This record gives sequence, C-alpha cells and structure tokens, in this order.
Amino acid sequence: MSTPVAYDSKVEGNVIFTKLDSAINWMRKNSLWPMPMGLACCAIELMATGASRFDIARFGAEVMRFSPRQSDVMIVAGTVTYKMALAVRRIWEQMPEPKWCIAMGACASSGGMYRSYAVLQGIDRLIPVDVYISGCPPRPEALIEGLMRLQRKIEGEKSFAAQKPELTGKLA
Amino acid sequence: MAKSLEVPAATRNAATALAAKFTVVSQAEFRGELTVTVTRDQFRDVAHHCKDVLGFDYLIDISSVDHFGSEPRYEMVYELQRLATAEHLRLKYTVSEDDATAPSVVDLWATADWHEREVYDMMGIQFPTHPDVREVGHVRRILMWDGYPFHPLQKDFPLAGRESNMPDVAFSSAAPLAGGPFVTSPSTGNTEEREPRSREME
Repeated sequence: MSTPVAYDSKVEGNVIFTKLDSAINWMRKNSLWPMPMGLACCAIELMATGASRFDIARFGAEVMRFSPRQSDVMIVAGTVTYKMALAVRRIWEQMPEPKWCIAMGACASSGGMYRSYAVLQGIDRLIPVDVYISGCPPRPEALIEGLMRLQRKIEGEKSFAAQKPELTGKLA
Repeated sequence: MAKSLEVPAATRNAATALAAKFTVVSQAEFRGELTVTVTRDQFRDVAHHCKDVLGFDYLIDISSVDHFGSEPRYEMVYELQRLATAEHLRLKYTVSEDDATAPSVVDLWATADWHEREVYDMMGIQFPTHPDVREVGHVRRILMWDGYPFHPLQKDFPLAGRESNMPDVAFSSAAPLAGGPFVTSPSTGNTEEREPRSREME
C-alpha cells in the first residue's frame, strides 16, 4: 500500500493531501475509546494496560468510558456467563457505530477452561468480534498488540463509503 | 498449634443430650469433628434445641449431597458452631427424591437464607417455609437466573449443560466437551485403570 499522505514542505506549506478514507481512519484509529467490559481476572490486566507502566494513552485508547454511548471499542475482558450474556449484548447494541470488539483472553474468545453449563462459549456467539487475544489472562503487551492490530484493521476500512450510501454512492 | 483431632468433651455431651431427646439415626467422628444424623421430621426441633439449649449460635454452612442411584437420594448437611468455645457440630438428614423438601431454618439463623436458596438452585430441594415463599411464592434462585429450568449440581445433569431460553433474561446451550468430561473414579486399580475417562450419565 502506498503512503496515504502526500506532503512536501517546500511547495505546500501547511497543506497536506490525503484520501478522505485515510483521514477518517487515521482519526478513528487514534482515538479508540474503550468500553471496558471487565468480567473476570482479564479486567485486572486491562486496568494495568490503562495504568502508567503500559499506558494505552500512547495509542489514544486511554479514555475508558462506562457509558456505551461514548465508546468505540468494547473490550470483553473475562468470562461471559449466560446470566451476563444478554447484558453484554445490550450494552454492545447501545454503542453507536462505528464500533469494534476485542475478545480479550481465552474465556471471552471461546469459553476458555469453562466448558460448563454456566458459561457462554465465546462472546462471538452474540456479537461480532474483530480481534481475539489469546492468554489466560493475556499480559498488557498482548492487549496492546491486539489494539494495534485493530488499528491496522481500521486503516483498511472503506469509511467514507459506509457513511450514507444514498448520499455518497455517486462520489465514492 | 495443630488442631486437636479429639472431639471436645462438651461437644460429645451435646450429642448425648441430642440422642436423649431425639431420634439419632447415626453418629460419626472424623478428625475431631462430630456428625449427628437425625430425621427430617425432627430436624426443626433438633435445630431449635442446638441453638437455644446447647448454644450453637452460629451456622457456618448448609450444603446438600446427591446420592444419585440410592434411596433416599438427597442429604442435607448443616455445619454448626458455638462461637464462645469454637466447638463444631455437623447435623445431617436424608431427603427422598419423591418428597424433596426440607424445613427452613432462616428464623433460627438468618444466614440460612442464602444457603437455602443455593441448595434449591443447585440441587432442587424445596424449602416451603423459606421467607421467599411468603414473599414471591417460591424460593428465588441465587446463582442461576429465575426461570432456569434445571438444577445443575444434580448428578444426572450433564457438565456441558442443557439448552434453555428465557426471552430477555438469559439463554443457555450445551458446551462442546469433545468426549469429556474426563474424570477419575474411586478405584484400587493400576495407573491405566485410574486414568481419567469420559463419564456421562444419562
């Protein structure tokens, strides 16, 4: 992929040429506000990731919002029991588009070690997942790696075309 | 200091007092703990006596056991303690499957409320005199959601779970166990025979 930004300081001064998709995606991927769905021990690692040593502020994702209305990425950190499952989906449905989901750890990805009557066998049975992170629990580095992968995924999205197809159909 | 493996004399006296007043089915000692098995019909009176006369003012726990395949099927276990002297007494009685009910002791020990809810939730034993019954008509579940149709700790309930659906509350489905659960069974066999194996009850 060629660089999404064209910039020559000698001739252009403060002007940057880019594609609209690239600009939108660049803004989105660097301000991913997480919805911390901390359900088990993964939430401890999620907190560590937010704290100073690992500091996801470096990736623009430090603004943990406990209101789904203000969140972009739901980080499902922990064991999703059947009792909790529909609550998780409800919160997911309350998040405005565009939204993404990270399944953090073995439990959120597949039920993990809980092959049991009480545990949902992976949050992807209820909501679409963009990034799965292995580990039990994953270390903060793994969560950051997952976040960076999500950023790379966002880079490739057709954001403009997804805005309002009835208005942008001719332009895109 | 290592815990004494002898049953304290006072606890032994308490058990003797119980035996003099009530039907004691059996009595057992293990590692300094005394277990008295009584009958379900007399249990309320036994519990009253234990609390008010013998001074067992603290209920540590209530649990239930499923002796699947034998009759009576269920067994209730109550762990009592006299806080002043740290004496421990275990009361048991059996409950048959046909009449799976047990008397509530919430009025004696308030802590029994949640323990009895858990016994009902996991094992399906009913408590007709539990305060929930007066308030909402049935004992409320405590771990699973209201409306879940099964009692997961019963021996004939598969570990994988069963399908159920309560619209807008919760649903459940069977987990993929890939041939499991792989469990060991009590045995005097060699390593090969003791190997954990798939065992599913139907």
